[in-house]
Amino acid sequence: MAGPLADPGLPALDAPATIWRRLSGNLSVAVAGGVLTVLAGVSLLAPVLGTIDPGLLDPVNRDLLPGASAEVLSLTGESTAHTFWMGSDSYGRDIYSRVLYGGRVSLLVGAVVATLSVAAGMAIGLVSGFVRWLDGLVMRVMDGLMAIPGILLAIALVSLWRASLLTVIVAITIPEIPRVTRLVRSLVLSIREEPYIEAALAVGTRTAPLLVRHVLPNTLAPLIVQATYIAASAILVESILSFLGVGLPTDVPTWGNIMAEGRLQFNQYPHNVFFPGVLLALTVLAVNLLGDGLRDTLDPKFNKRGVRPA
Amino acid sequence: MLRFLLRRILATVPVLVVVAVVVFLMLRLTPGDPAAVIAGDNATSEQIEQIRDSLGLTRPLAVQFGIWAGNLARGDLGESFFFKMPVSALIAQRLEPTIALAFTTILLAVLVSVPLGVLAAWRRGGWLDRGLMAFSTLGFSIPVFVLGYMLIWLVSLKLGWLPVQGYRRLADGFGPFIRHLILPSITLSVIYVALIARVTRAAVSEALTEDFVRTARAKGLRETRVLIRHALANAAIPIVTVIGIGIALLIGGVVVTESVYAIPGLGRLTVDAVLARDFPTIQAVILFFSVAYVLINLLIDLSYVVLDPRIRY
Repeated sequence: MAGPLADPGLPALDAPATIWRRLSGNLSVAVAGGVLTVLAGVSLLAPVLGTIDPGLLDPVNRDLLPGASAEVLSLTGESTAHTFWMGSDSYGRDIYSRVLYGGRVSLLVGAVVATLSVAAGMAIGLVSGFVRWLDGLVMRVMDGLMAIPGILLAIALVSLWRASLLTVIVAITIPEIPRVTRLVRSLVLSIREEPYIEAALAVGTRTAPLLVRHVLPNTLAPLIVQATYIAASAILVESILSFLGVGLPTDVPTWGNIMAEGRLQFNQYPHNVFFPGVLLALTVLAVNLLGDGLRDTLDPKFNKRGVRPA
Repeated sequence: MLRFLLRRILATVPVLVVVAVVVFLMLRLTPGDPAAVIAGDNATSEQIEQIRDSLGLTRPLAVQFGIWAGNLARGDLGESFFFKMPVSALIAQRLEPTIALAFTTILLAVLVSVPLGVLAAWRRGGWLDRGLMAFSTLGFSIPVFVLGYMLIWLVSLKLGWLPVQGYRRLADGFGPFIRHLILPSITLSVIYVALIARVTRAAVSEALTEDFVRTARAKGLRETRVLIRHALANAAIPIVTVIGIGIALLIGGVVVTESVYAIPGLGRLTVDAVLARDFPTIQAVILFFSVAYVLINLLIDLSYVVLDPRIRY
């Protein structure tokens, strides 16, 4: 999916201590990092935060308004009092529980897609930038892939494979790879002109160690920024797939699935769409802010044009 | 000049070939019998055999691609087993709502984002600038469908100003047509405004530091003329480029927006086809959107010659 792109002009990473000092001093990194930590903590600790089974169907308690209290009958036949802080859906499932568990899917998909697409794009980009005869072919393929709108490609791939967590992740990853590849390739092309590469070549370093030891570390800063933007985009795309009914199976609590279920009676009970929607927007906003903050701090020299060309 | 135009047009050929190969391979590399997949879940074995024959599915992959691409070149995109009609006719039927939505969205987005971007660049660091940048980050983050439902809830359900969902053809009168398009276009344009406004701001800021702007001011031109005739005109190329690149975002957004607002366009068709596992239609829609995206960007590249008289190839 088209979205923000890291600037290829970022230099190599500095010493860890310096980076940490700069990161913690940046307002967007601090705020976004804090929000994301809370979100991750809440979704991981969901079982002990007053939730019930997010898949528990209870027709008696369907369509409850936020804040309503009711008796919940568990599968084993025990009845407990429970407050539906965010109401319930038309199957009587607790929205609060589903939203908390749904956060796990979103954060997992964001992190895994970012990691996978950067790893794949890095491998392809390094090879493309250094093995000249392959470059033309690889870049034509990447251009072609980029011509297919990302969400459409992801939708088509998922529909072919039948949706599961793995296929959804792979389907979202594939459209992201070309832009990482381009970024890495452009970095490699500028890095290979550097004197230290010439020096390494002069003392007879072979291509593979050269790439891993000298080129790769110098691509990290812009790639970390790019990975953050990819995570934001992946969280959005996953929720869109779920929302359209082509993502993870509808019984899996994801924010998109909760909204897809809630849209059917949106006129009467908008809360089913609002709670997961607001959390989704908040999460993506936090990840994007983190990306902006990382971009600004990993390179203090970077001119703050505030532009992230698509 | 002619050589540039020709070279640029020829450069789109490999892109289109890769798109066609990807769309073709998507189905062939799927586990299972492609003929059965194309025929759909309710097909008889005769129908499956017929498809196997007509697409040459028992022959080498390259031959199959040849047959498929040949059909494509003749405008034969296959038969939708869900809608029981040729896919090309299906696309033609669904084209109007999507073009109407895309056109009003682009128009709205450009009319809002370019002036705002120019003003933000003019007063860098001012309240408008900071507000626009904050809006832009927010615009990149808020999912299209969440925004869509919030607008429906507020404008249609609470205030009752606009129809909730649906679409009216232009032939049914301009009033209802545009009333049904207002909310979808606003929804879809937010991310586009975010993108264009940022690039406009950056490009105009850069142009404002140029010597010709200082000269224009020194000779006493009015500030609006400096901004529009000198700064904005020189920032036109990055702005037009990002409008073109943003079409990819727009296409993704169209799929979602049409679902939220129940608009019977190509985006809705994509989702329906996926839900029905109607692969000929899925393939055709992806091809259609991708080719449209490539061609629009080709036109935009060619327009540089008009936009910037300094460009001589």
